[in-house]
Parts: sequence; C-alpha cells; structure tokens
Amino acid sequence: MAAKTLAGKTVEVNDEGFLLNPDDWSEEMAPELAKEEGIDELTEQHWKIIRFIRQDFKEKGQIPTIRRIKNAGGVPIKDLYQLFPEGPVKKAAKIAGLGKPQGCV
Amino acid sequence: MPDEKIKKVSIVISKGSLEGVYPGLIMANGARMEGIEANLFFTFFGLEAIIKKKMNKLKVATVGNPAMHIPSLLGILPGMSAFATKMMKKEMEKLDIPPVGEFIEMIHDAGGKIYACKATVEMFHLTKDDFCEQVDDIIHVGKFYEVSAGGEIIFT
Repeated sequence: MAAKTLAGKTVEVNDEGFLLNPDDWSEEMAPELAKEEGIDELTEQHWKIIRFIRQDFKEKGQIPTIRRIKNAGGVPIKDLYQLFPEGPVKKAAKIAGLGKPQGCV
Repeated sequence: MPDEKIKKVSIVISKGSLEGVYPGLIMANGARMEGIEANLFFTFFGLEAIIKKKMNKLKVATVGNPAMHIPSLLGILPGMSAFATKMMKKEMEKLDIPPVGEFIEMIHDAGGKIYACKATVEMFHLTKDDFCEQVDDIIHVGKFYEVSAGGEIIFT
C-alpha cells in the first residue's frame, strides 16, 4: 500500500496505482491517472465511459463487465479499445478511481 | 510479478459442447482485455461455435462426464442435455457471460483473430458461407503456426 498525491490531495493506492477508496476520487484526478496509463487527453467520449462506470459501480456495487459497458453503456467494443488501448476496462476503472476489475469477462 | 509478460496467445478450440467452447472464448477475451494479442483457431467439432446456424445452439454434454454427477444412463434421456444447457446458460447470464455469437463478435471487435481449420472444414464439407462474418480466414496447420509465431499455444 502506498499514498500518492493527485490533484493536490493525498490518497491511498495499491501497488499498481489503483485508488483503494473510490470516495477519495474527484474528477480533477482523472487526467493525472489517465497520463499514468498513457492517455494524454480525456475526450468527451472517455468521460462518457468514466461517468457510466462510476454510476454503475455506485448502483451495483461492482465494476461493470466489458459486455455491460457495451450493452447498458452503449459503447461499441471497438471504441472502447480505441479509447483505452490494451486494457479497456482496467484502464477506465483506474482512471475512474475504482479498484482493479476482478471479473473474468 | 515476473518481468516478462505474455504478449500473444493462440487458442485452439477443438470441442463442440458448450463447456468445451467457453473456456477458450473466455481466455481469448480476457487476453485482449489485458492487451495481449489473441488468435482463436477452431477445429473439428469446435467449428460448431463459428457456424452461423449452430453457434447459439451449443449444448452441455451430459453423457460421459463424471463431473456432471448424473449417471450416464440418465444423461441419455431426452431433454437432459437441453435442461443442463438451460441451467448453465442461466448461471452464465448472471455473470454477464455473453452467448457464443455475441462473444465471438466481442472478441473480434477487440482485435482478436478468428480462424477455421482447413482440414476439418473440408472434412465436414463446409464453405465460408456457413461461418459467421467474424471468421477472418480458413487456414491450414502450417499457416496456424505462422500466425502463432512468438506466442503461446493453448489447446482446449
């Protein structure tokens, strides 16, 4: 476990940089987390996904599967991989201040 | 964690039962989600998973499978396989595991490649038209090794 400063606030993260407590997150932290994942700029399309998974996590208590982001979130799989290359759900979850996804799908 | 990450996997799906097909699909999708290059190669009865008319009708095998805990003699009863299939699909839906057709589409849209084995395609007298549109190519075994070069090969 480690602490890290994001957008001027110190938060607890795991050894891969995922926030330990989703409530510590604020929208101002997202661009910094995105940079860690090699995403230089968050577009409106990125934000649509970040907001969806935050909202879904709040309602269901778990990070949505990639299929749920596609079907309930209305984001085509191709777009997801384009926006968050080489790890769509993992990267989106990290930027959204959620833990590392533990599901198999 | 080990320094060297897996970069590429080629997964062979050789069985046509529901439980024979899903592990390979889950592994291929999981690979793409981790940024790992993935090829799926369907051979023998595994081809059923990419045949348009059959892919969403795969069944659980209830005979010859001791882990089902159904005596084989009961497993042969009409409707037994359909019942077991229905139960398993219900459980999978709860976990948000997609039906075969949707899963293949997701893997393909994620950049995974889908191949059919030439020898068995010929053996079963199939043509490209029998397969779902996501099938990239019908390839022989030599070509399979070529596309698998530099990665791990997993047989299921």
